[in-house]
Amino acid sequence: MDPILIKHVREPNSFTLDFYLQHEGYEALKKALTLKPDQIIDMVKASGLRGRGGAGFPTGMKWQFVDKKIEPRYLACNADESEPGTFKDHLLMERNPHLLIEGCAIGCYAIGAKVAYIYIRGEFFHAQQVLEHAIDEAYARGLLGRNILGSGFDCDVYVHRGAGAYEAGEETALLESLEGKRAQPRNKPPFPAVVGLYGKPTAVNNVETLCNVPLIVSKGPDWYTSLGPEKNGGPKLYCVSGHVKRPGVYEASMNITLRELIEGHAGGVRDGRTLKAVIPGGSSVPILLPDQLDTQASFDAIQKAGSLLGSAAIIVLDDTTCMVWLAENLLHFYRHESCGKCTPCREGTDWLHKILRKIERGDGQMRDLDLLSNISANIAGKTLCAFGDAAVTPIVTTLKHFRHEYEAHIKEGRCTVPADWRARMPVGAH
Amino acid sequence: MSFHPKMAYDATFHKSAREREDEGPPFAYTPENRARFDAIVKRYPPESRRSAVLPALYLVQHQQGYVTANGIRHVAELLGITCADVEDVVSYYSMFYTKPAGRFVLNVCRTLPCAVNGAERVTEALSAKLGIKPGETDPTGTFTLMEVECLGACDRAPIVMVNDAWHECVKPVDAARLVDDLRARGEIVLSGCHLVVEREPR
Repeated sequence: MDPILIKHVREPNSFTLDFYLQHEGYEALKKALTLKPDQIIDMVKASGLRGRGGAGFPTGMKWQFVDKKIEPRYLACNADESEPGTFKDHLLMERNPHLLIEGCAIGCYAIGAKVAYIYIRGEFFHAQQVLEHAIDEAYARGLLGRNILGSGFDCDVYVHRGAGAYEAGEETALLESLEGKRAQPRNKPPFPAVVGLYGKPTAVNNVETLCNVPLIVSKGPDWYTSLGPEKNGGPKLYCVSGHVKRPGVYEASMNITLRELIEGHAGGVRDGRTLKAVIPGGSSVPILLPDQLDTQASFDAIQKAGSLLGSAAIIVLDDTTCMVWLAENLLHFYRHESCGKCTPCREGTDWLHKILRKIERGDGQMRDLDLLSNISANIAGKTLCAFGDAAVTPIVTTLKHFRHEYEAHIKEGRCTVPADWRARMPVGAH
Repeated sequence: MSFHPKMAYDATFHKSAREREDEGPPFAYTPENRARFDAIVKRYPPESRRSAVLPALYLVQHQQGYVTANGIRHVAELLGITCADVEDVVSYYSMFYTKPAGRFVLNVCRTLPCAVNGAERVTEALSAKLGIKPGETDPTGTFTLMEVECLGACDRAPIVMVNDAWHECVKPVDAARLVDDLRARGEIVLSGCHLVVEREPR
């Protein structure tokens, strides 16, 4: 499949309104404004578009659930892209911002919202500047603001900058942050579609999801579903990173296999190295092994293989990677990013990290492995949001597939897979 | 006053006994920042002015380099919320500094995709060059070294974010030179985001 979403991103000035208008930009918005909002929701439902942020929930359903009896309603675009290994939304916002703005405007029209907030992570300051400039351009041409293209539809799009919190990527935590509070999740239900931003019905959609909406409106749901396997239609952006020759964002239909992505597009692991493991959907999902490379990279196929497509962040690890170190690295992340609202996650991630650090250092005992499993089981499923489950996944999955590495660390009292890219100082020395 | 058996009656570590922290110099927005603040607040419903707390704090940090108690009070007064509400936010988000930071804050991404490409070595090289540990500022107040979690550009690992700007594909052997270049020529030496094809090659 030829790229659609990122077709022009390497061309000069691809982020400008003039360039976008020359490439059929805002045609979908024009068409959408001639349709009824319900017709757009039906189109998105028929297309089977699934949320690209991680959960893969059908977007049309989400929009239908938005309570249309209550005014005002809001659209919140999740541009907090913080899942380790994910960098696709970054590319879209920086090189194709008008596609996102068009998607926001159509989304607002479909759910009857007049305001969309794009919540962008604080670290993407350069992308935010591009996006804000693009929004100004759209206002100047009457593509946003009052009475868009003479249709009587009003829509404002604002960028809201976060300030460094992974948890803000969780939809209810994002809304809390947008309301000027700590990014901590809310209890669900009620879901944001009923009680969202400022207590009003709100649709929260990922950047890539909203970028797919103009395609569906202009080319139709049938075209969209024909692009991929059943229930996994449309173009998909894959972020390939780690130990590969050509890391980057690759666009493909979900018919593609992990092997084609890793060995084809990304050039495979570096010469002289062998593939050890693949994390197919960001740091929060279970590891797949080299013999599972021929799995189709679709939501359903990856789930069947025992993992999740998540945000399609494929992290490739070669034979120099110590799996105990990997778990320690990721638990450092989760320990730092735990929002602190639920006790099992706040305290548990710290305990897990301390134990892993001890094992990595060579001071571990065999009973620590049972302790890791025990603590993990007491976090997973016992927190308000999915963070708890995500945080223990690196441990559960490495213990399942690479328990011998943990045991070797404990028996030999040192890391058994030292790599030249690791710090020379022992773990925790600084 | 405590009835806990291990806490003495004259305990000084009780919260109420703690001395107030330095409130910093008096703070008010400059007219330019006040105008920016007024424009930002309009984006949110009038009864939800509190939503502007993050942008308002960025303006404080932009103006005086870090967020002081006086800065917090100014934001609280403008938004009609309590200082505790604002402090709650400041203490939660990692991008606000509550102490003076160096002119260049070097944020090295330490999470998995950057780490497998040598981020730990980059931190070591910067640490050795500057003679400080991560989390510290050098004695001249020019550089602060930080280890941060995933910055979201794993295809260009390892990433070093310098203030708000990016430096990509940093090799450990080049890290020490980055310090000298920054000192001599400022942020212009940073690679920026490689996606920006319009920029002149460095």
